[in-house]
Amino acid sequence: MPRPGGPRGNMEKAKNFKFAITRLIKELNKFRVLIIISLLLAALGSVLSIFAPNRLSELTDEISKGLVPKYDKLGEITEKIQSNNFQEFTIDDELITKDDQLIFINSLQKINDKNDSKALYSEFDSFPESIKNVIKPSMDISAIKNIAIFLAVLYILSALFTYIESVAMTTVSNKFAFKLRDKISKKINKLPLKYFDHNQNGDILSRVTNDVDTIAQTMNTSLATLVSSITLFVGAIVMMFYTNWIMAITAIVSSFIGFIFMFIILGKSQKYFVMRQKELGNLNGHIEEVYSGLNVVKVYNGSREVNEVFDLYNQKLYEANRKSQFLSGLMPPMMGFIGNFGYVAVCIVGALLTMNGTISFGVIVAFMTYVRLFTQPLSQIGQAMNALQSTAAAAERVFEFIDEEEMSDEKEITKKLDKNKVEGRIEFRNVTFKYDGNNKPTITNFNAIAKPGQKIAIVGPTGAGKTTMVNLLMKFYDITDGDILIDGVSIKELTRENVHSLFTMVLQDTWLFNGTVKDNIIYNMEDSSDEKMKDICKIVGLDHFIKTLPNSYNSNLSNSDGVSAGQKQLLTIARGMMEDAPFIILDEATSNVDTRTEELVQKAMDRLTHDRTSFIIAHRLSTIKNADLILVMQDGNIVEQGTHNDLINKKGFYAELYNSQFEL
Amino acid sequence: MIKVMRVFKKQEILIILLSFLLVFSQVWLELKMPDFMSKITVLVQTEGSEMSEILKNGLYMLICALLSLVSAVIVGYLISKLSATFSLRTRKRLFEKTLSFSMNEVKDFKASSLITRTTNDVTQIEMFLGMGLQLLMRAPLTAIWAITKILDKSWQWSMATAIAVVVLLAVVGILVMIVVPRFKKVQKLTDDLNEVTRENLTGIRVVRAFNAEKYQENKFDNVNNNLTKTQLFNQKAFAIMSPIMYLVMYFLALIIYLIGASLIQNAGMNDKLIIFGDMIVFSSYAMQIIISFLLLAMIFMILPRASVSANRINEVLNTETTIKDGKGNKKEKEEGTVEFKNVSFKYPDAEEYLLKDINFKANKGETIAFIGSTGSGKSTLINLIPRFYDVTDGEVMVDGINVKDYKLNSLHNKIGYVPQKAVMFNGTVSTNITYGDTDKVEITEQKIKEAIEVAQAKDFVEKMDNTYDAHIAQGGTNVSGGQKQRLSIARAIARNPEIYIFDDSFSALDYKTDSLLRSELKKYTKDATSIIVAQRIGTIMHADKIIVLDEGKCVGMGTHKELLKNCEVYKQIALSQLTKEELENA
Repeated sequence: MPRPGGPRGNMEKAKNFKFAITRLIKELNKFRVLIIISLLLAALGSVLSIFAPNRLSELTDEISKGLVPKYDKLGEITEKIQSNNFQEFTIDDELITKDDQLIFINSLQKINDKNDSKALYSEFDSFPESIKNVIKPSMDISAIKNIAIFLAVLYILSALFTYIESVAMTTVSNKFAFKLRDKISKKINKLPLKYFDHNQNGDILSRVTNDVDTIAQTMNTSLATLVSSITLFVGAIVMMFYTNWIMAITAIVSSFIGFIFMFIILGKSQKYFVMRQKELGNLNGHIEEVYSGLNVVKVYNGSREVNEVFDLYNQKLYEANRKSQFLSGLMPPMMGFIGNFGYVAVCIVGALLTMNGTISFGVIVAFMTYVRLFTQPLSQIGQAMNALQSTAAAAERVFEFIDEEEMSDEKEITKKLDKNKVEGRIEFRNVTFKYDGNNKPTITNFNAIAKPGQKIAIVGPTGAGKTTMVNLLMKFYDITDGDILIDGVSIKELTRENVHSLFTMVLQDTWLFNGTVKDNIIYNMEDSSDEKMKDICKIVGLDHFIKTLPNSYNSNLSNSDGVSAGQKQLLTIARGMMEDAPFIILDEATSNVDTRTEELVQKAMDRLTHDRTSFIIAHRLSTIKNADLILVMQDGNIVEQGTHNDLINKKGFYAELYNSQFEL
Repeated sequence: MIKVMRVFKKQEILIILLSFLLVFSQVWLELKMPDFMSKITVLVQTEGSEMSEILKNGLYMLICALLSLVSAVIVGYLISKLSATFSLRTRKRLFEKTLSFSMNEVKDFKASSLITRTTNDVTQIEMFLGMGLQLLMRAPLTAIWAITKILDKSWQWSMATAIAVVVLLAVVGILVMIVVPRFKKVQKLTDDLNEVTRENLTGIRVVRAFNAEKYQENKFDNVNNNLTKTQLFNQKAFAIMSPIMYLVMYFLALIIYLIGASLIQNAGMNDKLIIFGDMIVFSSYAMQIIISFLLLAMIFMILPRASVSANRINEVLNTETTIKDGKGNKKEKEEGTVEFKNVSFKYPDAEEYLLKDINFKANKGETIAFIGSTGSGKSTLINLIPRFYDVTDGEVMVDGINVKDYKLNSLHNKIGYVPQKAVMFNGTVSTNITYGDTDKVEITEQKIKEAIEVAQAKDFVEKMDNTYDAHIAQGGTNVSGGQKQRLSIARAIARNPEIYIFDDSFSALDYKTDSLLRSELKKYTKDATSIIVAQRIGTIMHADKIIVLDEGKCVGMGTHKELLKNCEVYKQIALSQLTKEELENA
């Protein structure tokens, strides 16, 4: 069997960014309404934030109106006093008496320099009440109120938009993640077994959890941020050019250097992030190896060796960690500096232009805001792009798996064998099989016939192709040449599901999952009765053991270390016996069970299955001695066949194999 | 959390202090910048300002910005170094601790959990340090500084700011209370998801054979649904955070302005301008305060995750191994002997004994075999010799000394242990054979070849690409079960041990290879003592002494012939494998 174990490829960086993103967009099509809504809201929120600063400065203007006395009124009063010669007059509904006028002029005369506002302010309090009322600074309260209400509404709206937008995006990304996980899970059961020979389980697992998580998390933030930042960015550029192009170019050029820096850093840090994932993988692999083989490490005094390798990986990971973190941490302060730099540049160029009389002060003030609006989204875009890159990398891995070639379609197959009516005859006709990527066929020209109710044993040294035969029989792999016939029907003409339903299969690798004893035995045969389960457990000798468990059949198997390898095998045998199938395959199913228990189990099985055709693979030849037919395999061929006694008398390969147990 | 930080040495503490100083100056510079900014604004707004004035202030501001950038870069460098150092050392500590663990502790933690703790959990804390440490220094500094700058201003403003901070903290507090318990749930559900998927993958043949695809998919769906729901809830709750924080911030600014307006309205003419200036300054500092508090709040939001990891790490570090090195001060009295004196064993928290009153002695050059039914305690018994576990009662002696009195290293140097499940390491055939340290011999190339030949592995090794330097994948996935077993036997042979321990190590070999291997081994190591556990009668029938175990008790001891006569259990086992004639003829 091909057992590739090459170094795990590094896939963190998308091989084809554009393709991955296009594909992502296609997959997201189902959620387009929600996505469009949230993107619109994000853009709208940005537009609002371009507005808000303007209104806020208006508010400041209104308030500052309340700072300065009304010089125009002051002048008007002075003028009126002079022209009217201290006659009473009214101004702004305020009656200014003669006395008031005298006091006023007196105070006024104390101010030497008419332009000295400080002196005016200190004399202000000595002015008569009536005049004070006229010239005292006043704010337009209603205007302030209006702006304040407007701003409050703006803020609330913007908060609301942001909230709706992020809830929508969250929903989309989580539902999308759900969908992806679901697809992967379903895909696992549609892939041919050969896929799993070439790919590590850990890698597939990582796609279900890590990659999908990455997609969900980064998509959630990156898309909305990207849209709102770009809106802000473009909006600021438009506003800038609209206001003044020289200033606009100044702002853009001064930030441009920052831009370049940003992309350099992004590129570099990405490299180290990739390295980091890789080194983490290496370290993880090493740790896994050591922890799971700890008994050997200990008893062979391997700790020095193990530590050396650990230190090497650990040090490499340290370097990658440090560098990636440092570089990515550079972004925010960098962007802050660029913002400040742009600010100063705009002020200086603005001031120059003002002196030439090209622009007014207002333009500079406006640009101060624009520069902020312009540089602020830059770093956000950078970060979002970074996130989007990992989204693409992760998405690529997920799609790669989802797009993997599936098992052949079986829609056209119409034949079906009813498992209750099968006679039980199996014929191997010139079966040849070669694993993908192998040069030599594993099975060559295999011919054999199993008659209904027969017990067929397959024996032979490791690597002879015994397990491969089982894989072919179960239609896990497609035969390269030749055919296998069940009751005269080629398995090529039957669906895999149909073939599987005809066989009960118990393997050497005990497969138990986290759940109760009952869950593990009944498995997906949920319509089976508890009585049947208990009967079977009695027959295979599990009953006593299960009764000693704290909750007997409802005990959880995950944390019971007390279950020995042999007991685990018995549990899987019990599971197999629950399924009433006409054929039985036991692939080293009792190798960890002691021979006495095995005998009991076999007797029970024989009773249960006396009219069923069974295939048994075993190294322990005592297991198969009573088989009706023993097929002795070597290098993919049957070299001998017959009953135990026939073969012993023949004094061939089997006899040699058998008798070697008596030698020293 | 604090506890895991103890890996830092003086040098790192200095680095932390240095970064603190740098952050301090950074904050100072950043709070200084608005002054220049407003000066420039005023200059630009005032008619007839000197260009040189603007340039001067602009330059100052740029210098501030540059210095702050420089210190930010240095701090970034220091902190990244610091957090990477943390994870470097913590991983190492965890790794060394785990290496010191006995099988008992490994069983309690589970190997998979120890792996996640050594990598994943450390990474969690590292990330927290990388982000959090800077914030943790920066946020309070900025907040305090900003507060002192505005403390003497109008109480109405301070009041408004205080209220805003309280509102903010309340929101964050409620969120933390709602979300944090669910964080843990998410972690758990991710584990479940992993498990269900792993289950499907590892049992792929069984799943298909039982046509149980739908069953597995439903199971997955359940977890997937749960996970998605919990995640969605968490993130929706979090989604409220950012809008609220901005709302509070903007409203605070607005309210400060409104309060300012009314203050100005009611103030004397002289105070108006001052109040106006204060208002502008106050609002910008108030923003700083709010942002600092927000950052602090954020730290406390990510802290729970990191502290969950810190606890998991501490659990490992605080666990003392139950199997400690002996003093190693006793001189061996014998050579190549293993003796059990009234040995009983049970797992620490178990009630029932797995082994009871076992007595035997293996002399130099002898082969002692153990046989018994599934769960009879064979593996447990031999695991006591290299001290994977310690006896509950009685004594295990090697070369006449209690195994507890040996240095573990020197005890292990005497032993060549071959486990039930062959362990292969990433490397080559040769590196797998020479694995580990031994004080006896240097394992030469010649020795490797001999060991491989004795272990009946020569044929297939020489057929591999690069023969003795052929690559062996992690877990030995590129060689078959029988081949792995032979390589793992060769590994023991290469060390020339005094005592061999074979824990059902021949099960994946066919009879022929099995017997060839054992007879070659016997020839090669005449003086070595062998302790063998096996299921097959053929493997053990020629042993000098066979010990029959049943439910943890010794029910028979003797040679094959003796036991056939006087031990019923043995007879049954034998008869289940061979016919009467075969047994008699053997």
